[in-house]
Amino acid sequence: MELNILLFGITKDIVGQQKLRYELPEGATVPDLVAHLKKSYPKLHDLNSVMIAVNNEYGQEDQTLHESDEVALIPPVSGG
Amino acid sequence: MNLSQKISISLTDDPLQVDKVLSLVQSDGAGAVDVFIGTVRNNTQQRTVKRLDFEAYDPMAAKEMEKLAQRACEQWPVEKIAIHHRKGTLYIGDIAVIIAVATPHRQAAFEACKFTIDTLKQTVPIWKKEIFDDGEVWVSAHP
Repeated sequence: MELNILLFGITKDIVGQQKLRYELPEGATVPDLVAHLKKSYPKLHDLNSVMIAVNNEYGQEDQTLHESDEVALIPPVSGG
Repeated sequence: MNLSQKISISLTDDPLQVDKVLSLVQSDGAGAVDVFIGTVRNNTQQRTVKRLDFEAYDPMAAKEMEKLAQRACEQWPVEKIAIHHRKGTLYIGDIAVIIAVATPHRQAAFEACKFTIDTLKQTVPIWKKEIFDDGEVWVSAHP
C-alpha cells in the first residue's frame, strides 16, 4: 500500500519535503512504519523520539495502518 | 456547565492578548485565576536568539490541546480554562502561549496550570525553531 505521510519540524528537513508518498507492505503497523522510515532516512535515528500520528491521534504500538489513514511523523514536540 | 463551555482553545497566527484570555476564564465561582505566559527569550545556552518560528500540525494540535484541557477539568475543580498558542514567527518578548485556569481556590489553580503547561510541552504537536545570528536549530530535536 502507499501511504501519504505529513512531515513537520526536523523530520521535514531530514526528508526534504512536507509530504511523502511511501510504499509499505499491506498490514504494516505503526512500529513497522517507524522502522522502515529509519532505514530510508538514517538521520531519524539521531532524534530523541519519532512518533506516528494516525488520523490526528498518537498511533498505538499494535495499530495497523491503512491507505486511507492520515499519517504524520511526529518528532519531539517543543511548543510553549 | 458542560465541558465545552468551560474550555477555550486557540491556535493562531495573531498576537495573543492576556486581557482577552483572562476575560474568557472569568467565572463567578472562581476564587483564583492562575495565568502562565510563555514568552520568547533572547538567549539559549549563551547563544543570542533573534527569533523563533513555530510550526504546528494544526488539527492534531487543536485536538491535543482540547484533550489536555479536559484532563485538567477531570483532575481539578476547574471553573474555566483557556489554552491559547501562537504559531508563525515570533520575536523577543512576544507571547508564545497563555494558559489561564480559574478554580474556586488557589491551590488547584496553581496545580492545574502547571500540569497544563508541562503536559503541553510533551504532547501537543507544535515545534519551535530557534534562529540565531549564525544558524538555526529545531528545539529538542537532538539528544
